Amino acid sequence: MYQLAFDADRCRTCPTGDCLVKCQYLQADKETAKTEMVKIAEDKDSFVLQECVTCYACEEYCKRGNHPFYLITERRDEKGILVAPRAITTQWIHIGEPQGKYRVGQLKEKVLSFGFMPEFLKMVKGKLFEDVLPSYIFGQEFFCNVVYIHFANTEIIKERLPAIIDNFKNLGVQEVVFMHDECYAAFTSLAPAYGMEIPFKAIHYFEYLYDRLKALEDRIQPLNIRAAYQRPCSNRLCADKHHFVRDIMNLIGVDLVEREYQDENALCCGGLFAMCFGYDLAEDVQTRNLDDMVKHGAEYCVFNCPACQSALGTKVAKRGIKPIHMIELCRMAIGEKP
Amino acid sequence: MKDMFGALAEVVGESYVSNQPEETYFYARDPGLMPPREPDYVVVPKTVEEVQKIVKLAAKEKIPLVPMGAGMALTGLIIPLKGGIVMDMKRMNRILEVNERARYALVEGGTSQGLLKSYLEKNHPRLRHSIPDSPATATIASNVMIHGQGRLTQQYGFNSDMVSGLEVVLPSGEICKIGSCAVSPHWFSKGAPFPDLSGLFLGWFGATGIITKVAVKLYPRKKMRDVEIFVTDREDLVPEIVFELTHTEMVEDINVFSQPRPMIFKDNHHTTLFITGDTDEELEFKRKLVWHSLDRFIKSKDGGFMGVPPVLKPTILDSPQRSVCRFADVKRGGGFEYSGPIILVEKYPECARKTMELATKYDLAYSAMARIIGRGHCMMFGFAFTFNRADSDMMERTRKALHEVSEYALSAGGVFWKPTVNEQRMALAKMDPHTRNLMKMIKENLDPHGIMNPGNWEVA
Repeated sequence: MYQLAFDADRCRTCPTGDCLVKCQYLQADKETAKTEMVKIAEDKDSFVLQECVTCYACEEYCKRGNHPFYLITERRDEKGILVAPRAITTQWIHIGEPQGKYRVGQLKEKVLSFGFMPEFLKMVKGKLFEDVLPSYIFGQEFFCNVVYIHFANTEIIKERLPAIIDNFKNLGVQEVVFMHDECYAAFTSLAPAYGMEIPFKAIHYFEYLYDRLKALEDRIQPLNIRAAYQRPCSNRLCADKHHFVRDIMNLIGVDLVEREYQDENALCCGGLFAMCFGYDLAEDVQTRNLDDMVKHGAEYCVFNCPACQSALGTKVAKRGIKPIHMIELCRMAIGEKP
Repeated sequence: MKDMFGALAEVVGESYVSNQPEETYFYARDPGLMPPREPDYVVVPKTVEEVQKIVKLAAKEKIPLVPMGAGMALTGLIIPLKGGIVMDMKRMNRILEVNERARYALVEGGTSQGLLKSYLEKNHPRLRHSIPDSPATATIASNVMIHGQGRLTQQYGFNSDMVSGLEVVLPSGEICKIGSCAVSPHWFSKGAPFPDLSGLFLGWFGATGIITKVAVKLYPRKKMRDVEIFVTDREDLVPEIVFELTHTEMVEDINVFSQPRPMIFKDNHHTTLFITGDTDEELEFKRKLVWHSLDRFIKSKDGGFMGVPPVLKPTILDSPQRSVCRFADVKRGGGFEYSGPIILVEKYPECARKTMELATKYDLAYSAMARIIGRGHCMMFGFAFTFNRADSDMMERTRKALHEVSEYALSAGGVFWKPTVNEQRMALAKMDPHTRNLMKMIKENLDPHGIMNPGNWEVA
């Protein structure tokens, strides 16, 4: 079974302290990083528990098999340390509550999961999806709830996930293509780590897009554009799929600009920062991110997560860069108009 | 007079007078809860001279006369409680003047909010008026008559504070100009520096005269407009939040609401604030000041700005807000009414709790909403309930809840906004007797026969 284990001894002997040394938002040297993570593992207080902004990146930075972010989240949950204002947390928890208003297309063995992101209802169409559509699902009943780790509330995830898994099970689907990293991570790592059995095969939509583009390779017209990629926090939970960004860009003739804030060093969109911490952090992160895109000559900003696009899309456009979702970009590459 | 129909037809033409039940039916009611009462005649004048003639006719025959805009007040103010004539002002809908430099517009008494808004957008894109969130058919004259509020109310007060002149047909049939227009060709002030006589008419619901022209102040219309929503789960903090926001003087309009549906709004209080700017820099400057003004609530985790998705913004920025109509039909059957006392902002927590208490007690769907008036000088708190018109029991429960609201509001130091006849009586009963006597003198002198919208402000 997959585990989100945490072994404090691995921290004690860690040669780098990367989890916090590489953190874009907290200041820590190697020794501080090791000390603080051990303190957290030993259930002691740490400034990290107060100041972590929930970018998830330490999950990727740690190469020693530990899961620092999940540990921080669990400890915050146990100690009742709030990340976001109470009202914001409540609001998000209410948003994800099943309402019996889900939508199900004409189901096949393979299905596209839009989670609870309505953007996909309009965005997902065309040749790339013709072998699966109209087999899709949308609604809170299929929403992974992983976003609540931003709010240090794992209880709600553990409470809702079994019912969500049952909903999938009742549909009888065999393969589910998840259009969002968090959903994919929920069913490939988080749920198994919580001891929940997943009755279907989870597929990341990057992998799906890549395979479809390969199948439609004769239709691809290289886009010959320079693009920046806005990597979302949630992709840190399934970092092994990040390579598909470059794979896809190479396939469709997009020059991914080599900028400072990319790959491991990516900056958050800032949307959640604004809600949780106010104006300054969000403004600082967004400004640095946008300046970096402009400086490196990006013509497009490619989004993976609709929430990132919602937070940054208009600001990107105001800097003269076209915001576009990965799906739309891929559709453009095969001659479709998104 | 035996042939009132004929006499009215002689004034306005046969096409614009009716005593037919299929028409009097509609003029017997408004969308609220007040019981209907059919008029004997409906008349739709086109000119001020026609209004004069009708008023003189009604005065001569001592027939009740009720002036009507779009009939959207919800509190029965245009229901002809004693029959008689309903005078529908909608044909008097010309925009007579827009003085761009002095920033005012002069319109006829039946001009709708929507007409002025679209006219300004097309012809004077740098000007706007304080549009209320009623349907766009609501008229400007009737809105200022009820001391309505609009998009610019937090900055400039009640919409009636933005009046800069009136033309009124008195119950005697005489035309009277109020404000600078009485001595000048320009409509820039409703009173100052002379005695302000607009108070003889504004707030009287047509019981002292009929507004045939109204001038309203216009204000800068910025190129950009945006919205932010601050949420808290502590209603007791709302007055402080409003105080901080109004202190910035950066915000256009501030509304607070709480409602249980949709789920995104459950359990929280939402302060919606609008900011404007001609440039990105101006807008961002204001946004930054506004956000920083509430930093302490964010730090204490007592509140935060929610992310307003771009797809939602057009709905929230819509002016007037058509989404209000959706709440009006939550229970299906299209019933919606609210009591909206004008009350201190510090009473928000009490009012919010009272709304929920009454919704539970009477098993009703509710929305609590407040519009800040001036820099926090007071607010209109709307205790809003929605009901199914086909469900008489639900309607009765709503009436009872609203009656309790009225009693509560008065006891909490509030005053009724656009009060029902019953609320007018309650207010008069509580009113300082000298004030009441002054109102009586005004009413008796202006309308000695009591023909103007009888039943309303019956001080005598």
